[in-house]
Amino acid sequence: MTESPLLTVRNLTKRYGTGCVNCLGPRPARLMKNVCPECGTVTACRDISFDLYPGEVLGIVGESGSGKSTLMRCLYFEEEVTEGEAYIRAFEDGKRNVFRESSQKKRYIRNHLLGKVYQNPLLGLRMNFSSVGNIAEKLIAAGVRNVGRIMARGEELLAHVNIPVHRMKEVPAHFSGGMQQRVQIAKALSTNPPVLLLDEVTTGLDLIVQASVLDLVKILQRELNVAMIVVSHDLAVIRMLADRTMVMLNGAVVEQGLTDQILEDPQHPYTQELVHSLL
Amino acid sequence: MRQAYNFAFFDEGSKREIRRAVLKAIAIPGYQVPFASREMPIARGWGTGGLQLTLSLIGRDDVVKVIDQGSDESVNAVSIKKLITKTTGVRTVEDTREATLIQSRHRIPEVPLGEGQILVLQVPLPEPLRPYEPSERETKKLHAEKEYSGAWLMLFEQIVKYGMTATGADHPVMVHGRYVMAPSPIPRFDNPKMNFSRALILLGAGREKKVYAVPPYTRVVSLDFEDVPFRTESFEGVRCRQCGAEGVFMDELVDEETGEVYHQCNDTSYCLGRLNRREVS
Repeated sequence: MTESPLLTVRNLTKRYGTGCVNCLGPRPARLMKNVCPECGTVTACRDISFDLYPGEVLGIVGESGSGKSTLMRCLYFEEEVTEGEAYIRAFEDGKRNVFRESSQKKRYIRNHLLGKVYQNPLLGLRMNFSSVGNIAEKLIAAGVRNVGRIMARGEELLAHVNIPVHRMKEVPAHFSGGMQQRVQIAKALSTNPPVLLLDEVTTGLDLIVQASVLDLVKILQRELNVAMIVVSHDLAVIRMLADRTMVMLNGAVVEQGLTDQILEDPQHPYTQELVHSLL
Repeated sequence: MRQAYNFAFFDEGSKREIRRAVLKAIAIPGYQVPFASREMPIARGWGTGGLQLTLSLIGRDDVVKVIDQGSDESVNAVSIKKLITKTTGVRTVEDTREATLIQSRHRIPEVPLGEGQILVLQVPLPEPLRPYEPSERETKKLHAEKEYSGAWLMLFEQIVKYGMTATGADHPVMVHGRYVMAPSPIPRFDNPKMNFSRALILLGAGREKKVYAVPPYTRVVSLDFEDVPFRTESFEGVRCRQCGAEGVFMDELVDEETGEVYHQCNDTSYCLGRLNRREVS
């Protein structure tokens, strides 16, 4: 059986700067990492293509500045892509390039079909609104106008991510980092989006909390069968979560394949270095 | 009398600029039109937005009424009235029916307004999404994309905290099914008066440099939830101690000597009108 992908991305490129003869094109001649020495243009993402299938977890690893987060920001429409196409199966039958849609349509896609969890809870949560209010924000954006239903859904989700129900009216500013991260996950999941984007969700948390957040992600993935893109510079996280993995370096994908394969038998010199530096 | 100022204080160029903003505001109901708010002889935050609208629209035949929180005689109302009469010479009245131009702070008069009347409301904070999103650049985008989750979210937060929507005033409204608008800090009681109003309603924010409008016969819906519908303040079983009116917006007062709590119409000219008619009959 061949499944059709939920999300198809082709030739995604994000450049900061105008670009010049030296740095444009798929195989530029001389670059300092991802900066063009001629015109100073930064190519944060270069010609990235991949597919995401239902229920699958796609890992993206790479060092800081390799373009992982920029890629995620582009997918969540927080940045305009310079070039490239993306198709989402649940939107117009996957026939329209979502990067070319109007900002209203993009907002619709973001509100209904995507969820994102940020490394920094400050970006994903409104710290001075109650936890259930944070979940409500996403539900209201998706068109729910019924307080009873929002409350019920909020309770259900917060229970799912182990936030005690009696604290649901509290503001996330009062919560620990791990709890904030779990509220973020609950918020991202509230509209049952088919695709969830996780950007370094465990970075900066202590080991035990890290493990509990990862556990939660794993459970949710199994129970709700959400497809996820997981970005991390931590190979252990990728090993635990991802079915397939892409390795990014200086804005480009240097290697991709099954996670086990990449970790056991890395081909690209950078991946080899990465795997060998794992403690 | 030597006239130190042009008619209605402003030079004609300024009036035209403000009128152009007003025309645009009427053409796009509920949309906040930026305008070059002038320096006024009163401080910003004291009704300069409303005053600029009034002065740019006023003509020699107009009859003006100014109210401050329902009262025709409060200091702010009197000062504004004085400025208008000194620079235009037009007549001021207290009777709502007689006025062609009504400038008001935080109330819509109890007497229903009619066609041909203009109500000018003074606005401190024109942006209904401001508490949700501090950046003007962002709120502009939200309006452009008709993304109003923030407005409902603020109401939701009140329900979470207090079990009901608790906006004392300035309860956000949807105008003509397109723009969410701050109706200025009028009590919720006055929100329904905006819906299909026969009079033109103009709102001016001097400090924030914005003008917006509800043209006559425009649908204005107060935001609410399916299971928590919008409600106005209830004054059931309450009567005005002076004129005996019911079903109008009341002030709750305490008699300092006896400690007795009593109510009185907030709209003083409405109350006075009733008292006068009683004396005549």
